[in-house]
Amino acid sequence: MSFEQYRIDDSKGLEFGLYTLGDHLKNPHIDKRISPQQRLQEIIEMAKLAEEAGIDLISVGESHQDHFTTQAHSVVLSAIAQATEKIKVSSSSTIISTSDPVRVYEDFATIDLISGGRAEIVAGRASRVGLFELLGYDLHDYEELFEEKFELLLQINKEEVVNWEGEFRQPLRDAHILPRPLNGSLPIWRAVGGTPASAMKAAYQGVPMYQAMLGGPASVFKRPIDAYRETLESLGQDPSEFPVATAGFFYAADTTQQALKEYYPHINEGMKLTNGRGFPKQAFAQGAHLKNIMNVGSPQEIIEKILYQHETFNHQRYIAQMDFGGVPFDKIMRNIELIGNDILPAVKKHTAKAKA
Amino acid sequence: MNITLLSGSTIGSKTRTAMNYTKDIIERNYPEHEVTLLDLADFELVFSDGRDFREYKGDTKVVTETIMESDIILIGTPIFQASIPGSLKNVFDLLPQDGLRDKTAGILVTAGSAKHYLIAETQLKPILAYMKAQIVQTYTFMEERDFYRKEIVNEDAVFRIERLVEDTMVLAETYKEARRIKEEQYGF
Repeated sequence: MSFEQYRIDDSKGLEFGLYTLGDHLKNPHIDKRISPQQRLQEIIEMAKLAEEAGIDLISVGESHQDHFTTQAHSVVLSAIAQATEKIKVSSSSTIISTSDPVRVYEDFATIDLISGGRAEIVAGRASRVGLFELLGYDLHDYEELFEEKFELLLQINKEEVVNWEGEFRQPLRDAHILPRPLNGSLPIWRAVGGTPASAMKAAYQGVPMYQAMLGGPASVFKRPIDAYRETLESLGQDPSEFPVATAGFFYAADTTQQALKEYYPHINEGMKLTNGRGFPKQAFAQGAHLKNIMNVGSPQEIIEKILYQHETFNHQRYIAQMDFGGVPFDKIMRNIELIGNDILPAVKKHTAKAKA
Repeated sequence: MNITLLSGSTIGSKTRTAMNYTKDIIERNYPEHEVTLLDLADFELVFSDGRDFREYKGDTKVVTETIMESDIILIGTPIFQASIPGSLKNVFDLLPQDGLRDKTAGILVTAGSAKHYLIAETQLKPILAYMKAQIVQTYTFMEERDFYRKEIVNEDAVFRIERLVEDTMVLAETYKEARRIKEEQYGF
């Protein structure tokens, strides 16, 4: 089983996960925002329901700015680990640039033990830069902070006793990094932006890639994935040993028109606050097209989209963001229900591979 | 609608003078709209380092946020070394990739020589198009001889500014209405 190191069994078909950025935004349909406490509790509840529906994974991201509430994402993941039994617990993503890799590893190895071997890390570089100032880092080191700390994280994952020296952290001399994960190591992924150059960096480091996709045709998002696999090959690696995951907007309702109508205000109003400008309605309308990676629509159309994406990308995991912009919990529940009853069985059935 | 006049140079007086006239014309003919004049000579901006525009501080934040909150941007620019000034280019660099989406942009050029007439056409319009602005096709081009001691002395130049303002308002209002009709058709 080639993806074993990453705990992926592709004979069971495409893995399906949920992810949240932990945004804390008002529901634009009623112009109201729940308390941060309720938002956190609902994220944990979402994970429990996802597990019951047979969803493979839940992940939580960290954003250190206004309109977010999971700054301490590993703490939230720990609570999810305790509240669940089977579902994989991951980050989306962990900003390794502004964290100490030793502490990150300690946290996630602990979550791995609490969860019985279900923890993973997805390391990212942050799309916003406020946290550099907040946590005492220089933005001029943006690239190198990530690369150096990510390399250290990978080294800690391989070696229990670490000797390391670098620019952005005190040297480690025979440092014993504990606890160790349940099965020796953690799956560690690299979050990748929309460009081939970004994906190629994951290949150079020999780590699996996680691709975020906001909107647009699947063929465009295939380019970074192709570049990733080609680069692995040029380095003498076997691309079939490196899983690829994609992440994007998801919203299911009885009809596609209803899904667009319900979800658009959440995305548009939410992005105005988190990104400084809304989501163009024209682009959102195009999102309903089969070949567009935005998985918004009726369950049947979403199934067709995900299968088309799978055919295009041959990826091993897809994670869905359905809670952005103050989506009320009853709609989240409804989405999970539609995934569990309709979408997941069809996707699994059509993507499962016969064991060799 | 929010109208921002951006005087794109940190030095000289012609562009600012032309923008003052532009502001007067708008206030006289379109009193129902909000007009803000940003003269880059009055601000100390940092160079773009790629961060989100809202994460800058001080003057830089004021300028980027004012532009992002505008429906209409009238850009006044001199021509330096056969191009737009670096100060103006920096403003574009500070903004998001598609930062001018759904915004209408008009152009007013003040130049030392008629040889610079096509600079806005070949260098400024492509930037605005890349940033997704609705561009007013015809721009106003003025020269040194149109000015005397911070006044416009060529009557025709004032008429041209009046036409630029009118063209910009017509395009902005038409686009806004056309977009409203189109978005209603999406049904969500």
